[in-house]
Amino acid sequence: MVVDSFKFLPRSFRPLYEGRGPFPGEVAPVWAPFGKRLAESRIALLTSAGIYLKRSQPSFDLAREQAHPDWGDPSWRAIPASTQPADVGVAHLHINDEDLLADPEIALPSGLLKQFADEGVVGGAVSEHASVMGYQDRSLGDWRSTTAPQLVAHLQGQGADGLILAPV
Amino acid sequence: MPVLARWIESAGIPTVIVTMMPSVAEERRAPRIVGVEFPFGHPFGMIHDRAMQRPVLELALRVLAGAAAFGTRVDLDVEWPVPLRDAYRSWQPKEASPVVKKLLEARQQEGSR
Repeated sequence: MVVDSFKFLPRSFRPLYEGRGPFPGEVAPVWAPFGKRLAESRIALLTSAGIYLKRSQPSFDLAREQAHPDWGDPSWRAIPASTQPADVGVAHLHINDEDLLADPEIALPSGLLKQFADEGVVGGAVSEHASVMGYQDRSLGDWRSTTAPQLVAHLQGQGADGLILAPV
Repeated sequence: MPVLARWIESAGIPTVIVTMMPSVAEERRAPRIVGVEFPFGHPFGMIHDRAMQRPVLELALRVLAGAAAFGTRVDLDVEWPVPLRDAYRSWQPKEASPVVKKLLEARQQEGSR
């Protein structure tokens, strides 16, 4: 089966995504070899669902996006692997958040990853996964200058051997 | 997000992106790609359906650890078990996003000229 990338996208949105080619300056292959056995590796998750801990973290800034529609909050949140669905908030104006709130595993499967660790499929999971809000200004300037280096430092600090990114 | 994957990969951390738009991730030169034909907001499947979510995570791990070369793409052979019309509607926000509102207003203004 070959996935149809535009099956669920409104037809008028398709030109915004299709045939745009590489991001400027991002053409050359980048490759970090996965050196360990999976069963000895620590895995991290990164969602773009705008997930945050509603009791202890600020939401992503949706008010500013409402005022400036071409802007999206470029910050990120650390999400403990032990987070319960009841503690999860979702800040994302481009998707219906009902399913994400009902079962955050559809975007950040930390419970399932823990189960895989218990089964020995992976060596373990990081203690804190990560979350961003995926709608960003087209230049990705803040993601490049600030968020990406912070995420890298976080992942290195967590001892992550590999990262699964899941845009929503 | 494929570009974010590239930046993180460049720093030495292997990445795989699980995406509803794998052809876009290919164009954006993500290192490892898993394609899923699921509605937006649901990269790992239906809510509370661990039997559906499990093969997505398994495939992501297999591609993360086992892909031999840059640009590897593997699509998951699972169909979304909801009629397209319903799935198409249900992922979308109840209120149009600010940028969509802006685009619609611009089109209306063009149309009224």
